[in-house]
Amino acid sequence: MTTKYPRATPDRAPRDYDDIPGTYVMDGDHSRRGYALNMFCMSLNQEANRDAFRADESGYLDAYALTDDQREAVLQRDWLGLLRLGGNIYYTFKLAIFDGLSMQQVGASMSGIEAEEFQQMMIDGGRPIEGNRTIADRGAAPAQEQH
Amino acid sequence: MAQIIGGIGTSHVPAVGAAIDHNKQNEPYWVPYFEKIAPVRAWVREAKPDVCIIAYNDHASAFSLALIPTFAIGVAATFPPADEGYGPRQVPDVAGHPPLAWHLAESLILDEFDMTIVNEMSVDHGLTVPLSVMFDQPEEWPCKVVPLCVNVIQYPAPTGNRCYQLGKAIRRAVDEFPGDERVLILGTGGMSHQLQGERAGLVNADFDLSFLDRIVTDPGGQAAVPHTDYLREAGSEGIELVMWMIMRGALDEQVREVHRAHHVPTSNTSNGVIVLENA
Repeated sequence: MTTKYPRATPDRAPRDYDDIPGTYVMDGDHSRRGYALNMFCMSLNQEANRDAFRADESGYLDAYALTDDQREAVLQRDWLGLLRLGGNIYYTFKLAIFDGLSMQQVGASMSGIEAEEFQQMMIDGGRPIEGNRTIADRGAAPAQEQH
Repeated sequence: MAQIIGGIGTSHVPAVGAAIDHNKQNEPYWVPYFEKIAPVRAWVREAKPDVCIIAYNDHASAFSLALIPTFAIGVAATFPPADEGYGPRQVPDVAGHPPLAWHLAESLILDEFDMTIVNEMSVDHGLTVPLSVMFDQPEEWPCKVVPLCVNVIQYPAPTGNRCYQLGKAIRRAVDEFPGDERVLILGTGGMSHQLQGERAGLVNADFDLSFLDRIVTDPGGQAAVPHTDYLREAGSEGIELVMWMIMRGALDEQVREVHRAHHVPTSNTSNGVIVLENA
């Protein structure tokens, strides 16, 4: 969970889901911010594009109107940062597929634990809802590391 | 007239498709899940649907953020498996049912559900994994399919109630279709799971079991559950469960529960399945 990008402040009135911890709701505000980034990720559905990206990642990204932060987060594979910069997991996962990563490996990276630990957490019943309903909830318990 | 012979709710986890495609059904990780769905496969074999209406969502495969239909219905004769980044799944092409699909599209729009009509699209794991759950690895899928693609990625997804009402409209349309097709309807996705962010891996088994109860006995009540409850309690991707309400709406008010199973985990998700018949 090490990313230098802070969580963006939404450019809209507060909503009741804003206090769900560690969750980036793909609403209009988020989607607007991440459009070019997500469309870059989507392009990796095509084999010819995967080949072109593999050959020259930075050059390939020139075709997309990314911010400097988004471009860097793509090149660094900053999975949590990509979400904070407007990415949606179904789109950013295209980049993870390109890298040969599983959703569990990406989930581990985004939540700041090792992949084996994440896998074991799932086998043990997943991340518990207790302590993870609200940001305030989470402050009260070390829920992030709970199994 | 065509008739709805039942409904199935099931998760559509890609890892389940991969386990089937790569013959991992006998591996210790997968055995408990596949044992739990064996009765589903047995029921479907007996029920012999001619066509399945499958409510599912596309995961940045056929649709992107360039165009985001809330409800899209596939009217084509064939739907090829999508390349989701790994190359297409090695499963048969999906045969459509254009006469029923067009009848549904026309009937639903006149019934004030403004469907997007799709003549060409590929279908991703959201649709093909439920087929594998039911039919395993056949040479050809043993039934035709009407894909009903629902946006649940871009917020807001249609409400649970809108999905429930759409299911009722689908029922009215199927009941008027002049054929003798045996129609099975599926609601797919869920159950509780969150793929993204610091809360990735969230599972809420209590929510899932309550959902399974209420979809049987109190669908109207479940349909009223607001999005934020799903996002908070079932995880950001748990909101896919609204698609099960489409299936439930197409059944009678009173249903008989044939089978249910709940299994944690399949990959990053809580996996659920339910088989319902009209009572």
